[in-house]
Amino acid sequence: MDWLALTDAEWTAVRLSLRVATVAMLASLPIALLVAMALARGRFWGKSVLNGLVHMPLILPPVVTGFVLLLLFGRRGPIGAFLAENFGLVFSFRWTGAALACAVMGFPLMVRSIRLSIEAVDRKLEDAASTLGANPIWVFLTVTLPLILPGIVAGMILSFAKAMGEFGATITFVSNIPGETQTLSAAIYSFTQVPGGDAGAMRLAVISIVISMTALMLSEVLAAAAARRTVAA
Amino acid sequence: MSLEVEARHRIGSFLIDAAFRSEGGVTALFGRSGSGKTSLINIIAGLLRPDQGRIVLDGDVIADSEKRLFTPIHRRRFGCVFQEARLFPHLSVRRNLAYGRWFAGVGKSGSEFAKIIDMLGIGDLLDRRPSTLSGGERQRVAVGRALLAAPRLLLMDEPLAALDEARKAEILPYLERLRDETRIPIVYVSHSVAEVARLAERVVVVENGRVKASGTAAAILSRPTGALERRETGALIESTVDSHDAAHNLTIVRAGECLIRIPHLVTAPGRRLRLYIAGRDVMLATTKPEGISALNVLQGRIVDLSPAREGSVDVRVDCGGNIIIARITSLSREALGLEPGKPVHAIIKTVALDY
Repeated sequence: MDWLALTDAEWTAVRLSLRVATVAMLASLPIALLVAMALARGRFWGKSVLNGLVHMPLILPPVVTGFVLLLLFGRRGPIGAFLAENFGLVFSFRWTGAALACAVMGFPLMVRSIRLSIEAVDRKLEDAASTLGANPIWVFLTVTLPLILPGIVAGMILSFAKAMGEFGATITFVSNIPGETQTLSAAIYSFTQVPGGDAGAMRLAVISIVISMTALMLSEVLAAAAARRTVAA
Repeated sequence: MSLEVEARHRIGSFLIDAAFRSEGGVTALFGRSGSGKTSLINIIAGLLRPDQGRIVLDGDVIADSEKRLFTPIHRRRFGCVFQEARLFPHLSVRRNLAYGRWFAGVGKSGSEFAKIIDMLGIGDLLDRRPSTLSGGERQRVAVGRALLAAPRLLLMDEPLAALDEARKAEILPYLERLRDETRIPIVYVSHSVAEVARLAERVVVVENGRVKASGTAAAILSRPTGALERRETGALIESTVDSHDAAHNLTIVRAGECLIRIPHLVTAPGRRLRLYIAGRDVMLATTKPEGISALNVLQGRIVDLSPAREGSVDVRVDCGGNIIIARITSLSREALGLEPGKPVHAIIKTVALDY
């Protein structure tokens, strides 16, 4: 069983991946909720442009997404320079950059899932809530939000899973620095590039499979629980 | 209490241009489906913003397009009951009922809650989920939810239309109690003469987005021609529940000097009941018929006859203080020699008097 014991470097990659994926998922959630709401309910000029933009990372080669991130959020990029100067938030070659890349790659999946659940909400229930005296904010909090919870959970899990597997955009944007930006996928890739790295790649691959399966089953359980609560009347 | 509604609104090529007043009690908006009733009620509720319009409740201007005044839905405190119950699926019945109370700031005064729960007979359902309720139960909970939000006005949009006959019969008595026991004015949308006859004090007939006629229920429903489709004309009779014949599943009501047997109703003896008897369901006989299955044979005297139209006449008969309308062919009229003042027997099948 010795070959199953992870080295420190491997543990670091696993922990980093979990942290990057969790931060990516949580940070993109509020924005995804807003965008999904706008796409599902809003009527504004440029809606299709926004929709296209959101779905971009899904169709573009990940390397291109990573390169665009590098241009925009790099040290000299317009957004990157602004954030570094005003908020001390640096993305390039940091784990935060890996999280950003993962968030962007998982964003369309999260928005799509939430948007579909918003579109499935019966607007008549919201009307009923307003006739009972609830203002729009309360209607959202007490009716819409509970009803779209399964969609939000599913979107979060999808985003997390995407982040765990993200490789192309991350490596292009923040490179492959052990302990800083070397996530699980990048570590496996590095192992396969050196002679005798098969055992390490295998261990990390097993870990990756276990984490993915756990996430998937968790999402099934949560979605089932949420669905039980919201059987349509 | 008084409610004034004026609205002009265009939806595609359909134009709503209607105005009516209500002086409390139950006002029915009556008309065929597609006549604009639901749009009118949505305008009153605030769910639809009309191109032009004015809504005034008890001198309080709720909306006025000229003054650019529009009270948002949640501040109107108009309770709504829709065709579908629209219960919140993620909340229990109890929390559905409590939803509006919280926003109305009524607090948790238990007596009002208990009274309404009891009036609607939904005490046993409180811990259930809306998805486990029957259609009739859901609609009763929806009525309770609207009432518990302490509304100034209750708007009901075909609350029985989605239910089968048995469920309708189950809910109607509760709506009658609601009308008689609370002082909340109600605007009730329906396309069913029977419902309107039983519940409404005033009727506003809507056709093609316009108000075609309005007046008391008795006047509108018994008007021989005009507002109502001709085949639906009939008489509205005020009665009180006399007794129940449990063995035969019948209810006996007293109207003036007559006893009329109708299909069984869940109401207590002594309760007021409005009975609608369609003209086409009434037969006339000059001699007392024998060996006949119809249970109601009422002695009366002809008051007058309408001019013949499409081969039939409406005969108004005074039966012990009630005016009953019978629609018969002009051929029968000639054969029987029916004239004002002539004594006749009005024959009404019990099964024709479904709720």
